[in-house]
Amino acid sequence: MDILVEYGDVLARGFLHTIELFLLAGVGSLVLGTVLATLRVSPVPALRAVGTGYVTLLRNTPLTLVFFFFVFAYPKLELLQFPFFTAAVIALTIYTSAFVCEVLRSGINTVPVGQAEAARSIGLGFAQSLTNVILPQAFRAVVPPMVSVLIALLKNTTVAAGFSVNEVGSVIPFLNEEGEPTTNAFIWIAVGFLILVIPLTLVQRSFEKRWSVAR
Amino acid sequence: MSNVLFDSPGPRAISRNRLIGAISIVVVVGAVGYVLLRFYQTGQFDASKWEWLLYEQVQVELLRALGNTVGAFATGAVLALAFGAVFALGRLSDHAWLRVPCTGIVEFFRAIPLVILIFFLYYAAPGLGVNFGQYWSVVLGLTLYNGSVLAEVFRAGVHALPKGQTEAAYSIGMRKNQVMRFVVLPQSVRMMLPAIISQLVVLLKDSALGFLITYQELLYYARYLGGVPTLDRPIIPVSMVVAALYISMCLLLTWFANFLDRRNRRGKKTRVIAAPAEDRLAATGGAPTGE
Repeated sequence: MDILVEYGDVLARGFLHTIELFLLAGVGSLVLGTVLATLRVSPVPALRAVGTGYVTLLRNTPLTLVFFFFVFAYPKLELLQFPFFTAAVIALTIYTSAFVCEVLRSGINTVPVGQAEAARSIGLGFAQSLTNVILPQAFRAVVPPMVSVLIALLKNTTVAAGFSVNEVGSVIPFLNEEGEPTTNAFIWIAVGFLILVIPLTLVQRSFEKRWSVAR
Repeated sequence: MSNVLFDSPGPRAISRNRLIGAISIVVVVGAVGYVLLRFYQTGQFDASKWEWLLYEQVQVELLRALGNTVGAFATGAVLALAFGAVFALGRLSDHAWLRVPCTGIVEFFRAIPLVILIFFLYYAAPGLGVNFGQYWSVVLGLTLYNGSVLAEVFRAGVHALPKGQTEAAYSIGMRKNQVMRFVVLPQSVRMMLPAIISQLVVLLKDSALGFLITYQELLYYARYLGGVPTLDRPIIPVSMVVAALYISMCLLLTWFANFLDRRNRRGKKTRVIAAPAEDRLAATGGAPTGE
C-alpha cells in the first residue's frame, strides 16, 4: 500500500499516458487499417499489391523494431522532428493498422457473395457497394476480433517504456532505479490493466449481442 | 478472395484501373524515392557508414547477437510448447481442483502485457530472492505468455474434433488417457500445427523485447553498433540489416505456417484452429494463418 501513497502520482501519470497512447494510436490505426483494407480489395492490382506488401512487411516485423526505427534511426534523416511520445503513437499506429486491415478483410470475406452481387446488379460501383453494403456488415462481423486487436494495442503501449516514453511500463524500471521494491507496483499495474481491459471486453460482449447480424 | 466486389472490368474500367495503378505506383515510388533521397543526402549510403560490414570482429559479434536472439527464441519455444501442453491438459481435466487453477494461471498470463512480465522477472524478482538475469527473464516471459496462448490453442484443437470420435473411443472401452493418446491428439495436432507455428512467429518477434532489459540480442547490438563513432555511427545501415534479418526469419516461419495450412485445407475435412485474434495479432505481433 505504501507504494500507492508515495508513488501514486507516478503510477497515475503512467496510466494517463498509456490511455493517451492507446486512444491516439487506436483511432489512427482504425483509420489507416480501413484504408489498407480498401486497398487490398480494390479493383486496381497495383493498389492491392501496395496493401499486401505493407501488411506482409509489418506483420513480420517486431514492434520493438518499429519503435527502434522511429526513435533512433528516423531522426538521423533530418526530416520533420517530433517528441518521443509522437514517435510512439506513430510506431503503434503503423504496426497495429496492419492487423486492423487483416481483421477487416476477414470481415469483408464473411459478407455473403450474394450481397456484393446484388449491389452490383442494382448498378452500384465499387466505392458505393463497399461503403453502403459491404463495410457496414463487415464492421459488425469484426467487432469482437477488432476489440481483441485494440486490447493487444493497449498491452503493446508498454513497449514504449523502452523508448523514453513515461507510460505505465516505465514505472517498474523507474522504481528500480529509485531503489524501491517493485513487486507491489507490479501488482497495481496488473490491476490497472485489468481495470482498463474489462470495459473493453464488456463493450465487446454487448456489441456482439446487439450487432450479431441477422443474415 | 471469394468475395468479388466489382465486375470483371470492361475496356473503360481497364484503362481507368491502369491509370489509377500508374498514379499509385508513381506515388509509392515517389514516397520511397524521397526517403531514399534523404538517406542519400544525409550520407547514409556513404561507404564510411557501411564499412562495419567488412570487419570480421563486427561480423562475429553480429552473428553472436543473432545467436542470442535465436537461442532465446528456441528455448522459449520449447518451454512454451511444454507449458502449453501441460496447462491445456490441466484445463481439460475432469477434476475441478486441477482445472480451476490452471484456467486462472492461463488467463492471468494472457492478460498481463509481456513487457510488464519481463520487467517483473528482471527487476522485481531479485527483491524476492530469485535472480533470473536477462536471458532467463526473457525466456521465462516468452514461455509464460506464449505458453498460455498455446494452451488455449491446444484446448481449442481438442474441442474442435467431432464429438463422435471420443464417444466411439469410449464405447470400445478406452480410458480417458488412451482416448487422448490414440484418438484425439493425433488428429487435433495436425489441425493445430499452423496455429502453433504462427504463435512461434509471435514468440520470435517478442524476443526483441529483450532489448528493453539489455539482453544482448540483435537490437541491443544494433543500438550499440549504430553509436560507435569510429564506424561513423551507422545506426540506419545497421537497422536496415537487422530489420532484414528479423523480417526474413519471421517470413520463413509464416510461410511454413501457411504451407501447412494449405496442405491441411486441401481435400481433408479438417477445421482450422486459430488462436484468439488478440493473441495472434498481439503482444508484439503475430501472423494469422492465411485467411
